[in-house]
Amino acid sequence: MRITLNGALRRIDAHPLKRLLDVLREDCALTGTKEGCGEGECGACTVLVDGTPVNACLVPVAHVDGARVTTIEGLRGRHPLQHAFVEHGGAQCGICTAGMILAAVALGKQPTLEQMKTGLAGNLCRCTGYSAIYRSIDKATTNRKNRRERKRRRA
Amino acid sequence: MARARKAVGRNVLRKDGVSKVTGAAKYIDDLSFPGMLHARTIRSTIPAGDISAIRFNFDTAGFTIVDHRDIPGRNVVALIEDDQPCLAERAIRHVAEPILLLAHQDRDTLLAADVQIDYRQTTPVYDPAASPTVFKTIAIEKGRVEDGFALADVIVEGEYRTGHQEQLYIEPNGVIAVPGNGVPDDVEGITVYGSMQCPYYVHHALAVLLELPGDKVRVVQTETGGGFGGKEEYPSIIAGHAALLAKKSGRPVKLVYDRVEDMLATTKRHPAIVRHKTGVTRDGKLTAIDVDVLLDGGAYATLSAVVLSRGVIHASGPYRCDHIRIRGRATMTNTPPNGAFRGFGAPQTQFAAEVHMDRIAEQLGLDPVRVRAINALRPGDTTATGQRLGKDCSARQVLREAVRRTDFQKRRRAIESANRRAEALRHDGSAKAGRHDGSAKAGRHESNLRGIGLSLFFHGSGFTGGGEMKLASKASLALTDRGARILVASTEIGQGTRTVLAQIVADTLGLPYDCIDVNAADTACVPDSGPTVASRTCMVVGRILQRCAEEMRRRLGRLTPREYLRRHGSLVITKEYERRGEMLWDDHSYQGDAYGSYGWGCDIVELEVDRDTWQVKPISCLSVHEIGKAIHPMLAIGQIEGGSAQGLGYALLEDVVMRDGRMANASLTNYIIPTTLDTPEMEVVVLENPYTHGPFGAKGVGEMPIDGPAPAVINALRHAGFDLRAIPATPERIMKAVVLPRSTQSTQSKQPNKISANSALSAVFS
Repeated sequence: MRITLNGALRRIDAHPLKRLLDVLREDCALTGTKEGCGEGECGACTVLVDGTPVNACLVPVAHVDGARVTTIEGLRGRHPLQHAFVEHGGAQCGICTAGMILAAVALGKQPTLEQMKTGLAGNLCRCTGYSAIYRSIDKATTNRKNRRERKRRRA
Repeated sequence: MARARKAVGRNVLRKDGVSKVTGAAKYIDDLSFPGMLHARTIRSTIPAGDISAIRFNFDTAGFTIVDHRDIPGRNVVALIEDDQPCLAERAIRHVAEPILLLAHQDRDTLLAADVQIDYRQTTPVYDPAASPTVFKTIAIEKGRVEDGFALADVIVEGEYRTGHQEQLYIEPNGVIAVPGNGVPDDVEGITVYGSMQCPYYVHHALAVLLELPGDKVRVVQTETGGGFGGKEEYPSIIAGHAALLAKKSGRPVKLVYDRVEDMLATTKRHPAIVRHKTGVTRDGKLTAIDVDVLLDGGAYATLSAVVLSRGVIHASGPYRCDHIRIRGRATMTNTPPNGAFRGFGAPQTQFAAEVHMDRIAEQLGLDPVRVRAINALRPGDTTATGQRLGKDCSARQVLREAVRRTDFQKRRRAIESANRRAEALRHDGSAKAGRHDGSAKAGRHESNLRGIGLSLFFHGSGFTGGGEMKLASKASLALTDRGARILVASTEIGQGTRTVLAQIVADTLGLPYDCIDVNAADTACVPDSGPTVASRTCMVVGRILQRCAEEMRRRLGRLTPREYLRRHGSLVITKEYERRGEMLWDDHSYQGDAYGSYGWGCDIVELEVDRDTWQVKPISCLSVHEIGKAIHPMLAIGQIEGGSAQGLGYALLEDVVMRDGRMANASLTNYIIPTTLDTPEMEVVVLENPYTHGPFGAKGVGEMPIDGPAPAVINALRHAGFDLRAIPATPERIMKAVVLPRSTQSTQSKQPNKISANSALSAVFS
């Protein structure tokens, strides 16, 4: 099997029914993706498959053969959401954070509060009560806009 | 030295932020050691009885198998009572009690191993009130409660119940045990890495279990994905198990629970039954408070005695009264042991106190704010234990602020008239069109009932009574080239320990926040600063560190850290907890200064009840908290928002179903915690009324937010017309609840006689 993992083509030699979660964590040594429940309820293992958030604990690796898979490591610490989650309290214990950020990436550029609530309904956080997560996503959008603005002014 | 920008009171970047958002932070399941085995726990399937036979229906070659006979030291989980075996020998007291441990290098082979255990069953006890085994009783007496009742015009009684609650940290419990204590050539010792709140609890338990001197045991906290009390005492058990396997196999052993095992086997919040009998004058003054608290401890004592202690001390609520009697007991049942959970007994007892307070107001025809305002504790008043409160008592301030912000009374009246309209609409709709056709559906939203409720609460910071003296916590500060390194056993579990402690040290030293780093909570290098529990880290450990930093600053004089190190060599300052001279506590009479200080809170919840599904939708939640000083406002607000959400889950969703002593819904599919869609808009207001002996005035904050939401929700449901005395208020419970006649909502029926709450409700209110 071949997947485009975080932008690079990668061959996977694993049992086709092995959970994508285990392939990422064990075969690819990408431990940023977490297991919280193993039954698709908590969303801690959320990764993007061709841009769509999925629970990696429910996906056999054969399903993503030929697909683009993005994990938290794939954002390389440079995504505005990552900055905003640090600055605005979106991450506390951190165990849901990778999944939460990837689910938020899938929300697109300027999600409304309702879109955030619906889009993140599959990602459980026991620390924040979610408000700080909404604020972080909101600020990431604003930061992005400000950066664009600054760039435009400089140009 | 250049003047550094102050860190305290500012939202500096959290120390662990970047590693958490990039996925670089290593949690226990992310670690691996060469030659590591995987482990599994074989548990009892019956609630009470004896083991009669054990059979291995698999080829045991390649397995490491451990039972109680492999324990070199004492077969106990050393904590308070030492009544709980690390591995069952013969007697079984609860479902999921650990009996055997297996380890194998291949996970699939390990999971396929079939062990059959035969039992002789005995009759289990599930009713805590009928249990013959009492773990602890406590009595608090202030004045004479009989005298207080004699002064009363009205006596109000009620019984209130709260259920189990699962901490549900998203990272399950897990550890890795590695032979050797980390010192080269050590073969006798052991190192345990794991997800935990209290490395020194684990350290002590391992030393007792393995009969090793303290220096042979090393415990290292790994990044911890939430605790909420669920990783206070439990890690001592799982660490012991992994350590036994590692000792026997001579190899590193990983033991990480999956979600189902974590929910089945680990501790939960104690269910409680709390009875109130209160004397009150016609104008609303409390004359007597008589409370009986019963906690279901589960099968072993664990922390039940201290959970009960905090529970009873908070049982009369934040109110002044000259005559108080509180009696509490925690008893044994054949269910998995209950233990620490954020709030630690106080959420249960304050739930009862605050739901009861609304019913007192109703009996008197007073509004719920007024009856609280009359009785709320003020500076100079004494609590149930006779503690005289200082200037940092803020019960009335938080109440006033919450009421002002929501315009509570006005909102309450508006909701009442909206509910009358909804009632009319509903009757109209069903008469004209029937309930289930389109027209009724269109009007569904308007026919929902609304309610608004409040709760006033307090929470003692730090260990109860003489607890901090007994702990005698230590903290150290080491001078580094660029600043200082914090050495404490206090753990970062998401709440911000590393960040807040660094802020306190930075400002005390007069150095920038970035110049302070925090050592891992590794017992090989940090002193025992006590457990990370009881809202004590910032206030108690923070204050010890502040004293370290004060001395370090004196020693530095005009030198920079680098200059000092070059001239004088290394500098490590260690300080111990210092008792405030005037603080007194008597453990026998339960009188005295129960806590150094208290935080104060008022929550107001507005909600809506769907008349067809009986589902409750919280619409808004306001929390006003007075916490002394918010060292890091954003983190403090994070604690309050998160704790409030957890409290709303406790109130409405989180229902541990125990069937034959076993949690029947041990999975995230049917044990429901709040998602984004269940959590309302939250507004948090932080007030600061400094505590003289806290660092920069700080009190505790972590636990208090979970005390308020449940009673506010139940009071709001009462306002909507549903009489509930138990949580969680699931749709099933609401459907069965006594529906209060609409006329009672504006409350006008003074009955100056004794009123028995549960039986004669309709008589009282008609």
